[in-house]
Amino acid sequence: MTWEHQDKTAIVGIGATPYYPRGTSEPQTIYEMAGEAIMAACEDAGLNVKQIDGFAYYSGASAGYVDKMDTADFMEMLGIPEITFTAALTSGGGGSAGAAGLATAAIVSGQATYVVTVMALQQSKARLGTVFGQVAPDPINSFLQPSGLVGPGHLMSVLAKRHMHLYGTRREAFAEIVMATRLNAVNRPGAVRRNPLTKEEYFSSPMLADPLCRLDFCLETDGAVAFITTSSERAKDLKQKPVYIHGCAHGGRREWGRAFAWMGMPDEYFASAGNKPIAERLWQQTGLSAKDIDVALLYDHFSPMVLMQLEDYGFCQRGEGGEFVESGAIRYATGSIPVNTHGGQLSEAYIIGMTHVREGVEQMRGVATNQVKGAEFALVTGGPASLPVSGLILRGEK
Amino acid sequence: MSDSLSKMLPGENIRISTDTYTRPFWEAAKAHKLTVAQCGDCGTFRMPPRPYCPDCQSKKINWPELPGTAKVYSFAVCHKSPFTGEDLLYIPAVLDIDGAPGARLVSNLVGIDPDKVEIGMTVAVDWHPITEGWVLPIFKPQ
Repeated sequence: MTWEHQDKTAIVGIGATPYYPRGTSEPQTIYEMAGEAIMAACEDAGLNVKQIDGFAYYSGASAGYVDKMDTADFMEMLGIPEITFTAALTSGGGGSAGAAGLATAAIVSGQATYVVTVMALQQSKARLGTVFGQVAPDPINSFLQPSGLVGPGHLMSVLAKRHMHLYGTRREAFAEIVMATRLNAVNRPGAVRRNPLTKEEYFSSPMLADPLCRLDFCLETDGAVAFITTSSERAKDLKQKPVYIHGCAHGGRREWGRAFAWMGMPDEYFASAGNKPIAERLWQQTGLSAKDIDVALLYDHFSPMVLMQLEDYGFCQRGEGGEFVESGAIRYATGSIPVNTHGGQLSEAYIIGMTHVREGVEQMRGVATNQVKGAEFALVTGGPASLPVSGLILRGEK
Repeated sequence: MSDSLSKMLPGENIRISTDTYTRPFWEAAKAHKLTVAQCGDCGTFRMPPRPYCPDCQSKKINWPELPGTAKVYSFAVCHKSPFTGEDLLYIPAVLDIDGAPGARLVSNLVGIDPDKVEIGMTVAVDWHPITEGWVLPIFKPQ
């Protein structure tokens, strides 16, 4: 049952600011950075920014949970004359890959022509790592915050612990994810952490929420990334080789729900990344399976979530993620499925999932820093978090 | 060696808020009674308490008195106060509440050596005063 909109739309432009360690992007403003990314994406596509007529955000159009993005502000700032579509996926970073599906919805329904998706992040006001703890207590988070699980890393440590308990997963597996990802950043221009990492260094990193140490946490960075989606017809006339949206899904099941903000998940979801229903829909849409994917760009806010996504998408069986990564399977040069070839959020930069879309596009164009030879299909995922979670399969032109 | 045992978070730093549907849980805690929301029609347990039963959509809620014990479902070991950054050993835990299958509570394990905590172990409720006269359920080894 092929998805009727398969390959009907394409990502035609991608743009980014430099990536900055947290708080060092000032005196730039967040709108300035978002504008820079949007204009760079237009330039990349060979479009004038005034041709943009649609916005497809995720994360409720928030910019890193702290700032807000608004389409009217972008129109005023960039001189975009008219928009015919503006919408956002709900919740947080779980929708980063799914925003391409929202853009597709706008395009195939005739509501917009050139649709931009943008995320900008500036963490000088508040660190995302502590943002949940800073939220004033509401009646629902009053059942979570008093426990001292103040940040997303604290919350996910409990999921990782359960996975270790159920399946015998070892910290060595998390170490391998962090080291393999770091190795991909060594030659990546603009990556924030480029020094290779040893196992000894990993195991001497301070424990922040045992079983997770500091190196299991993604970077805290500032920056902005934008991409432009249009119809595959129009894409042919633009500057770049089109990167087709071959499959895209967002959503998820109630058993995952608010996930680690809830903690009520039954066992098969608790020790997972909540992406299994997304995986099933993507494979159904495309007729592909994990073995057809050439490069996997998995949302890596915390290293165990890479392992659990490998299981959710069927790169290995449930419970075998630890053994799978420890075998070297996710290494770029030597593994069976190269993961986060750009250095991911663990080593390149964290812009709430957008760097994975960027890498997916570069891989499918054949111009990635760590290019997977002959890559035809890239999997990009959104962050395991409160629903929606999401996934995207990109196809490159042969 | 009491230093190696897990601590409570300082009550004066802990704030909660309540609404119509969560208040009975907190009022019971004030009276040192552990309860969770149970559907008054189909008997399904749910936490946190919300207006509707997710199984049958009924708005009838029971607040059964429970044994006050729980099983450790998962946990983390933390070493820094989330309020001051000072050294403080505390153990956030996700607990399956005895007598209320399907209902979990996210709480703390107090007075236990982190190396002795095991998933599946039984722990018993205790009560920790926090701001504005509210009382927080915490758990200790049985």
